Amino acid sequence: MSNVLHVATRKGLITFRRNGADWAASAPAFIGQPVSAVLTDARDGALYAALRLGHFGVKLHRSDDHGKSWSEIAAPAFPAVENPDEKTPAIDMIWTLAPSGKDELGVLWAGTIPGGLFKSPDRGATWTLNDSLWNKPERAEWAGGGYDQPGIHSVLVDPRDSKSITVGVSTGGVWRSSDAGRSWRLTGQGLRAEYMPPAQAFDLAWQDVHRLSACAAAPDIVWCQHHNGMFRSTDGGETFSEIKEVKPSVFGFAVGAHPSDPDTAWFVPAIKDELRIPVDGKLVVTKTTDGGKSFAAHADGLPGLSYDLIYRHSLDVSEDGARLAIGSTTGNLWVSDDAGRRWSHIHGHLSPIAAVAFG
Amino acid sequence: MVQVIFTPNLQRHVSCPSAVADARSVREALDHVFAVNPQLRTYVVDEHGRLRKHINVYINDRTVTDRITLKDAVAPSDEIFIFQALSGG
Repeated sequence: MSNVLHVATRKGLITFRRNGADWAASAPAFIGQPVSAVLTDARDGALYAALRLGHFGVKLHRSDDHGKSWSEIAAPAFPAVENPDEKTPAIDMIWTLAPSGKDELGVLWAGTIPGGLFKSPDRGATWTLNDSLWNKPERAEWAGGGYDQPGIHSVLVDPRDSKSITVGVSTGGVWRSSDAGRSWRLTGQGLRAEYMPPAQAFDLAWQDVHRLSACAAAPDIVWCQHHNGMFRSTDGGETFSEIKEVKPSVFGFAVGAHPSDPDTAWFVPAIKDELRIPVDGKLVVTKTTDGGKSFAAHADGLPGLSYDLIYRHSLDVSEDGARLAIGSTTGNLWVSDDAGRRWSHIHGHLSPIAAVAFG
Repeated sequence: MVQVIFTPNLQRHVSCPSAVADARSVREALDHVFAVNPQLRTYVVDEHGRLRKHINVYINDRTVTDRITLKDAVAPSDEIFIFQALSGG
């Protein structure tokens, strides 16, 4: 189990380290500054933190000594255009950072709001917009989900083949490339958007994918938390089957696949559009161990009355699938050491949590 | 020479000492500063050179009118102040 947990909050990056039975918090890095994404790159030990400075824009920092010191590196940026005006897109937020495969040491992907996909060949020293996806005509149908502008929040690189990449867009569906991003296909047949008129409910481009998570040992298994419900793919994200009637709710943001068991995954449900709080005010984590046929809702250690939402990057699963962490919009942090059955409250006075990542 | 003065709040992120520039517009003044201090650029303007949404720029006591191309004229005795807006915090 990982004994290090990085927590990206509205007021800085805080690293918790297991100390006996407890977790000890580090002094925050970037104190007072919004951290929108964090990545621990297991290939080289580098730690990345994306900032969304309210006044001074999006920044990216890298640490090569586990967070002791940081260096600012280049942030993704859209290429120059002739005569930009007030509508010309600019990076508002780095929503996700993802490593490429083990055969591409130092290669990173970044998903941004608005919906740009960027690639760095050199550990973030330089970034290039993926023109092929950006120039897809279907991108005109992408729309804002939780934010005013659409964004890319999930980048899955197939551990068997670094050229095989699956991207999740809110809203804009699931996109796949089999040639390292040179070309893209809109996939996700079976995803259903109840919030659209019936004739467009299965339109691939209108799907509000909240988060994708793949089983590392069986990458064709891709779990999807969607605005409209929960879905599972057995073909890498080409098609999905809907998982219905899960109590207390099929709505949520986060999903975590078990790293080695393709039938196990965790979700954190909430009430849908009408009220964004846990169902009956009770925070639970739902878990399936049979491929989504059935779910158990685990509340042991979680509050009986709360307003905590777990955003899409705020659930992480350690490499062995035994230790989990969730962080909430209310600044609460919990860890489970028994695969999600019982939860320990680690901290209750953090600021809103954007992401958690074991390191 | 035009003087360019930055909010001290930016200093915690990036070095931004006051500077002087031989410039006839806000754009020329900032380009001069960024040429000397390249890391400062993305903190003040976005990738298209537009003022960031929550940055305010004043020429002496008046706010700039062109936030996209920064063509507001400046005179040699002018001071350009780069402030963070109250919004955006």
